[in-house]
Amino acid sequence: MNTPITLTETIRLPNLERQPMEPRALKSIVLSAITVTAAVTACIPLFSVLIMLIYRGGKRLSLEIFYALPPTAFEMGGGFGNAIVGTLFMVGIASVISVPFGVLAAVYLAELGPYSRVSQIARFCAKTMTGLPSILAGVFAYAAVVLVMGSYSAWAGGIALSLLMIPVVMLTAEEAIKMVPQSMKDAALGMGCTPSQSMVKVVLPVAIPGIITGVVLAVARAAGETAPLLFTALFSDYWLQANEPTASLAVLIYNYSGMPFDNQIELAWTASLVLVLMVLVLNVVSRIIGRRKKI
Amino acid sequence: MTTLPLTEFENTAPLSKPPSSTDIFFDKAFRGLTYTFTLATILLLGYIVFEIGGKALPAFSDYGIGFLTSTTWDVNAGQFGILPEIWGTLYSSILALIIGGFFGITIAIFLTQDFLPYNVEMVLKTIIELLAAIPSVVYGLWGIFCLIPLIRPLADFLNETLGFIPFFSTSLSGPGLLPAALVLAIMILPTVAAVSQDALRSIPHKTKEAAFGMGTTRWEAILRVMLPTASTGIFGALVLGFGRALGETMALAMLVGNSNQISLSLFSPANTLAALLALNFPEAGELETPVLMYAACVLLLITLVVNIAGSLIMASTSSGVKR
Repeated sequence: MNTPITLTETIRLPNLERQPMEPRALKSIVLSAITVTAAVTACIPLFSVLIMLIYRGGKRLSLEIFYALPPTAFEMGGGFGNAIVGTLFMVGIASVISVPFGVLAAVYLAELGPYSRVSQIARFCAKTMTGLPSILAGVFAYAAVVLVMGSYSAWAGGIALSLLMIPVVMLTAEEAIKMVPQSMKDAALGMGCTPSQSMVKVVLPVAIPGIITGVVLAVARAAGETAPLLFTALFSDYWLQANEPTASLAVLIYNYSGMPFDNQIELAWTASLVLVLMVLVLNVVSRIIGRRKKI
Repeated sequence: MTTLPLTEFENTAPLSKPPSSTDIFFDKAFRGLTYTFTLATILLLGYIVFEIGGKALPAFSDYGIGFLTSTTWDVNAGQFGILPEIWGTLYSSILALIIGGFFGITIAIFLTQDFLPYNVEMVLKTIIELLAAIPSVVYGLWGIFCLIPLIRPLADFLNETLGFIPFFSTSLSGPGLLPAALVLAIMILPTVAAVSQDALRSIPHKTKEAAFGMGTTRWEAILRVMLPTASTGIFGALVLGFGRALGETMALAMLVGNSNQISLSLFSPANTLAALLALNFPEAGELETPVLMYAACVLLLITLVVNIAGSLIMASTSSGVKR
């Protein structure tokens, strides 16, 4: 016969409440605190750079910097219109080379022969090239273009930059093309399209936001690159001439950062501000385009 | 209900038709074009290696392996050696990897292990990614005018009080290894953080739920379950970050001090391969160009090995996770 459990009998349960001072919990709290501190610390440089750029670069921000030529050593004022034009021109050349190259290769990688030997090797090469130090792109362009043409030029600079853009464009475009729903590709083929018709008329138009995202990111990266331009485009104090040494914002910042003259250091900060604004705006644009793609 | 007379259909051309010969030609041409560019990617990398290697060949036969172990760089005497540069490249990169790796992995944990609401997580992730977007030359400028003055008092203090330790044995005269490595760490942090985040996010939710179900605290779950599971991916992230650091040029050319010496001290000026190329190439003469190409070759070789190792590790994790 069962004995009924009386209410007065207490059931012994371990204390299940959270004990903040228990070693295990304490360790967890300490580690969390370290993590938060590290994350906040890591954001400091970004804000420090942005504040310094606005503080030191903002002083000289005026219309003059966009149309004036760089000043000589003891001259006051001046600007870097030629460097802005030079940067845009060389990034333009790089885009003209790398966008068709990257997108067409991506079409093959994503659709026409994704598992072929050539695709696998090419994909691997592209991934390796994203890790290629930018200075080596410059060394290559120096050997392959400057030495052959016999002079430093905007063309050599653009080609050096295109080497850095190609893998980025290619890999992001491949991802974008893969994101196109299989049913759309099937429908196009079902209508009697040849594979290339389905690519050009259906898949690429659908994938275009993703491709543009990649291109914009690659452009932003190329615009900020300095090392490949140091000995392909060199620098110039005059307006753009494509077959001559060409100024760029990045090289201007590098050159002027080592100058002993305040005027030129101020210009270096202002040029940095302009360059960072350009790059950040491009990044934001690519994010907006990329977000729209998902909806 | 009206019915259309059949004749109306009979007289029109069929709606679907087999591809015309133009279509077939276009298809073949387009496929050929895409194939060509895919092949061109491989050839391009090959051409880069060939071109740099080819131009370095004269220097290679002149200086041989001794180039890697000699420490003098004297254009007039025709003596060249890049041991200090190799040392500086590895030392600054390892230092950057330790700092940037610690912060990068911590941030990856912070952003993936439900510490923050989703929206805040995304904002912070974006901020960290924007760190990578800032051109390295701007970081160099910031390093010269903000970071060096900032760390100089600390460096002087360490040198005065702990000068007997080799790491602090010299004073910071301006540019030096430490400011360069710090900027380098900032630059590789986004890479390490992004790739580690991918590795941590690709762990199935059930794994963590199982750990919590066993009664672990959050950090026991992270340290004993999540990190070991993602370890290959995180290791790959570190290797890729290391590859970035080895090849980074401008921040180092501006901050490292460009001095041909081997020193353990964090505050002494040093040099790296990339900085050597950046500084000497524009004014290189007939004699120096092949030597610099040789140095470029060494840098290419080091970074290729590191990057290929990194992408192989990444490939092995992604195939492992998909299951």
